[in-house]
Amino acid sequence: MAEVLILILGMAVVTYLPRFLPMYVLTRLEIPPLVIAWLRYVPVAVLAALVVPGILTVNGQITISPANHYLLASLLAFLVAWRYKNMMLTVTIGMAAVLILQNLW
Amino acid sequence: MTAKEQWLAGAGKALPVVLGYLPLGFAYGALASLAGISLPYIVLMSLLVFAGSGQFIAVNMYAAGAGSLSIIATVFLVNLRHLLMSASLSPYLQKFPRQSLPLVAFGLTDENYALACGEFSRGERGHYYLLGLFSTSHAGWIGGSALGGIFGELFNSTSAAYTMEFALYAMFIFLLVIQISDKKLLLAGCLSGMLALLFYQVIPGSWYIILATVCTATLGVMMEKWQKS
Repeated sequence: MAEVLILILGMAVVTYLPRFLPMYVLTRLEIPPLVIAWLRYVPVAVLAALVVPGILTVNGQITISPANHYLLASLLAFLVAWRYKNMMLTVTIGMAAVLILQNLW
Repeated sequence: MTAKEQWLAGAGKALPVVLGYLPLGFAYGALASLAGISLPYIVLMSLLVFAGSGQFIAVNMYAAGAGSLSIIATVFLVNLRHLLMSASLSPYLQKFPRQSLPLVAFGLTDENYALACGEFSRGERGHYYLLGLFSTSHAGWIGGSALGGIFGELFNSTSAAYTMEFALYAMFIFLLVIQISDKKLLLAGCLSGMLALLFYQVIPGSWYIILATVCTATLGVMMEKWQKS
């Protein structure tokens, strides 16, 4: 289990530095506008890149059918997130949809 | 307001994040226990790392037998998005005492960031306020993780894990939707999603995330420049 401890400490370091270094430096400096414009795209791009392959593929293959439970549940989650802007509701309804779809197909 | 009053006012604002973190933390704790990680380590990870998506991905990779170094590298890549969040809060943090910044940075999850932006846009907020908010949501995350680690065994089946893993995607979908505030960002999201799907199929490992992001942000900036000229 010592390996897990090393894993956790390593994760703690690589999680903390990207959160701390920019604010530490930039509370003293000014960021070039071009860099700000570039960074503005990052959160949306990262999240879309995380979501799309995960919900469109099953075992590495693109699967667009009712057998892909994550895809249908994701469409529902998108609607709920967009309509209600509520994280807990989105997560709960999304998980409920996967649970129900699993028992249908 | 005294320091304590500010802290409590901030803590009260953390409620929506705590409500979101309890089921997510539970799902993480349950998945981690299915992956064979013991309860003290499940809780320790939530205490020291405090990164929802990073912890989910780490547990997934751990369960698949990945080595520590490749897990840490992937978590680092996934967390690079926090560089921007940290940078974008800087103007508000310039008035904070410098010794409070290491603590503020620790709590900078996606959800805390989103909430902090909302608070700053409503008016001036001090470091006690922000730390009250962040530490309360951290407590929710740790509590949910511990409950998942303890009671997760009740859901010890692949079908339950399959359902709980979707919490991660639902959270990402929610964060994606609330961050798309204009047409440029909507276009960027669609582009990045398509590029990621393409890279995912042709490039091994998880490089597809960072590649799609770098291409999208660069194309976005180029398009802005081109529109202006």
